[in-house]
Order: sequence, then structure tokens, then C-alpha cells
Amino acid sequence: MAVNLFYFFIFPGLIFVAVAGAFLSWFDRKITARVQFRKGPPLLQPFYDFFKLLLVKETILPKHGSRFVFLMAPLLAVFGATMAGVFILLPLFKINTGFRGDLIVIFYLLTLPSFSYIIGSLASGNPLAAVGGSREMKLIISYELTFLLFIAAVIMKSGQHFDLNSVIETQQSGTPFIGSISGVILFIVGIFCIQAKLAFVPFDMPEAEAELSEGIFIEYSGTPYAMIKLAKYIMLFVLPAFMVALLMNGMNGGVNIIWTVLKILAVVLLITLIRNTNPRLKIKQASAFFFVWMNLLVVVAIVLIAFGL
Amino acid sequence: MNVGFKDYCFKKSLWVFHFGGASCNNCDIEILDCLTPRHDLERFGILLVGSIRHADVLLVNGSINMRDRDRLLELYHQAPKPLLVVAIGACGCTGGIFADGPTFAGPVDKVIPVDAYIPGCPPKPEAIIAGIVKLVGKK
Repeated sequence: MAVNLFYFFIFPGLIFVAVAGAFLSWFDRKITARVQFRKGPPLLQPFYDFFKLLLVKETILPKHGSRFVFLMAPLLAVFGATMAGVFILLPLFKINTGFRGDLIVIFYLLTLPSFSYIIGSLASGNPLAAVGGSREMKLIISYELTFLLFIAAVIMKSGQHFDLNSVIETQQSGTPFIGSISGVILFIVGIFCIQAKLAFVPFDMPEAEAELSEGIFIEYSGTPYAMIKLAKYIMLFVLPAFMVALLMNGMNGGVNIIWTVLKILAVVLLITLIRNTNPRLKIKQASAFFFVWMNLLVVVAIVLIAFGL
Repeated sequence: MNVGFKDYCFKKSLWVFHFGGASCNNCDIEILDCLTPRHDLERFGILLVGSIRHADVLLVNGSINMRDRDRLLELYHQAPKPLLVVAIGACGCTGGIFADGPTFAGPVDKVIPVDAYIPGCPPKPEAIIAGIVKLVGKK
């Protein structure tokens, strides 16, 4: 019990993923600034933002709408992101080998943050938040099938292993999955799924700053908004780590830890560059992009896997 | 110590919401200039946010006429406290050339309390940065 609580709150859990995610959030902002020939924020900027929202700012509750749900939704988001982080990082660090079928659990837990943003935005009673919530729903419907097919393809490639630890071990005893044609295709699909899950720029229509003024988060202030920021930091670390575990060989001990950190940074760098070089899509275009093109790519990858490529 | 930490975090991460009254758009452009590569206010953690609920600083520019006054008051009441208010430009500070106009409803400090004035028509980005530095030092 105590060990499980330690896992959840301290080492691969809340504190570790939050600090790592805050660092990655700084990395993302710094790269964005460098792309735009700016200097960028200091290293501790995400911590300042988080503690300012948590400790200094007032929390305003909506007059119309459900206050309890409004306040609970950010906590649910943090819980889902942290839980997914624990289930991904325990096999990645080889602390605990997980259980059979944990990939499915991770898949559902990774949906929880987006889902709770929808609940929170609809509970706030703001029309712009409602528009953002409905866009987020459409976005989830678009990318979730692709993400599930992506995980199914990885399971198939690892020889029908339904747990993350076996997927990592299969890669470490053979070659990393990304070293084959189907692996490269899966990597492309996975990057776009991560982009949509994080709601980064080509797919940021739920929180479109210019048209909806932050959309789903418009009514959040103070501590609940700090929780949302925390969930976003955690997701920014957890999703690239999941990618590294599924396709890019996971983590070996010793000096290879630095190599793993570099792999995660490379995935985040790629996401940031996509974010900085693309305009925002319409929700219709995003749906078509995932339903037609990304699903097609995954199916091609699955066929290639069936032929052993 | 605890209070010092809170103040420090607040100073290092000012999120700005921009309210343009009946402005001629010169001040708006100078404010946007502060966020461009040459001046880059994100170095100090200053971000432009889209929702007043996330704002720490309310930037007001342009002359405030009778229609703007209600909107400005509403925004001020909607914002989570602590909130700093900055009046930018001659119109925001004093009314400028519109001070005698029939629809003029007073400079910003007649509507809501103002923490810093940055005069100029329009103020240079350097002047805006200097004003924000003084504001942060005062707080």
C-alpha cells in the first residue's frame, strides 16, 4: 500500500511527472521563441506560472452552471494524466512489470484529461466554453479511433503482447520498432495523435485563443486553472514517454538513460516544430485528416506488419 | 518568507489582458510591438491571454466613452484579484484630444483604480517596458 502511494505521489507519479512536464513545457516555449527569433522565458517560468495561479490568484466560480463539477473536472484531469504516467513509467523504468492488458488501461486513462476538460467546460455555463467543448468532443471522436488502431498495430508488431513491458522487451531483444517501414509509418501517425491529444496548434480548435478566447478554459481562474496547467504539463511528458516506450526501444539502464532523455526531447522538439509551422485547421478538416488519411496510414502499417516488414 | 515567495511568483508571471477603448489603434500596435522579437516581453514571463479570468494585468488604452465605461467596469469585476491596471497612452491617462468630447466618460482612473500610467501618443515600446518595470517594482 505504502509502496503504491509512493509510486502514485512521488517517484514515477505526481511529483516526478509534474517536474519533468514543467521542464518540457519550458523547452516547448523556449523552442517556440527561438523559432520566432525571440529569447524566450527563463527556465523556472512554468513553476512561476503554476504557483502564481495556485497561491496568489482568486478563484471565481460560475453563477450559472454546476460548481461542483466545474471544480472537480481539473482534479479528474490531473488524476487521469498522473495515473497514465504511473502505468507508462513503471514498465519504462523496469520498477514493476505491470499487468497483462495495461496498454488498454493506459489508452483509457489518456482519454481522461480531454474528457474532463469537456465536462468542466460544459459545467461552466459559458457559451464560448460550450463551443470549445463540442469541438473537443469532435476532435476526440476523430483521433481516438486512429490512436486505438495505432496501439493495436504496436501490439500486433510485438507478437500479440498486451502489456507495455513485453512490448519494450521485444524491442530490446530485437530491433526497435521504428527501425522498419511499418514502424516509421506508425511513428508519423503517433506524432499526429499526440499533437491532437495535447491540443497543439494544427488541432487547437477547442481552445482557439483568437476566436474563442481560450475556449474550454475560458471560465477557469486561480487554483482550478493551476490544476489544468498541471495536467497539461503532465500530458506533455507522458505522451512522448509513451511514444518512446512503444516504438523507440524504451529505456536501458546506465548511460542509456541520457539517450532516453534525448529521445523524449526529440519527440517534443518535433511536436513543437509542427506546432510552430502550421496554421489552425477547421474541425471538419481535422476530422477528415484523421478519418481518411491517418486511418489509411495505420491500415497500411498493419498490412505491412502482417507481411513482416 | 511565504508572502515573499507568492509576490515573487506573481511578479515573474504577469499575464496581460488587453482592453482597447475608443482607440486610434496606435497604442494597440505599440503594445503588440512589445511582444515581437525585438523587445520580447516573454523573457520576463509576460504573456498575452485571451480570457479576463486568466489575467493579472489589465492594459487599457484609448479614450473611454460612455459605451466603453460599462464594458470596462464589467471586465474589472470579472477579473480574479489581485489585478493590476495599467493605463496606456495619452487618451488612457488623461483623455488626450478627446477630453472635451460630448461622449467622453472620463479617463480610465475615473472608472476603475489605476496602478500605473504610461503616457505618450503613442508611447514607445521602451516606455511601456519601463512602465511595467516600475509597476513590478512598486508591487
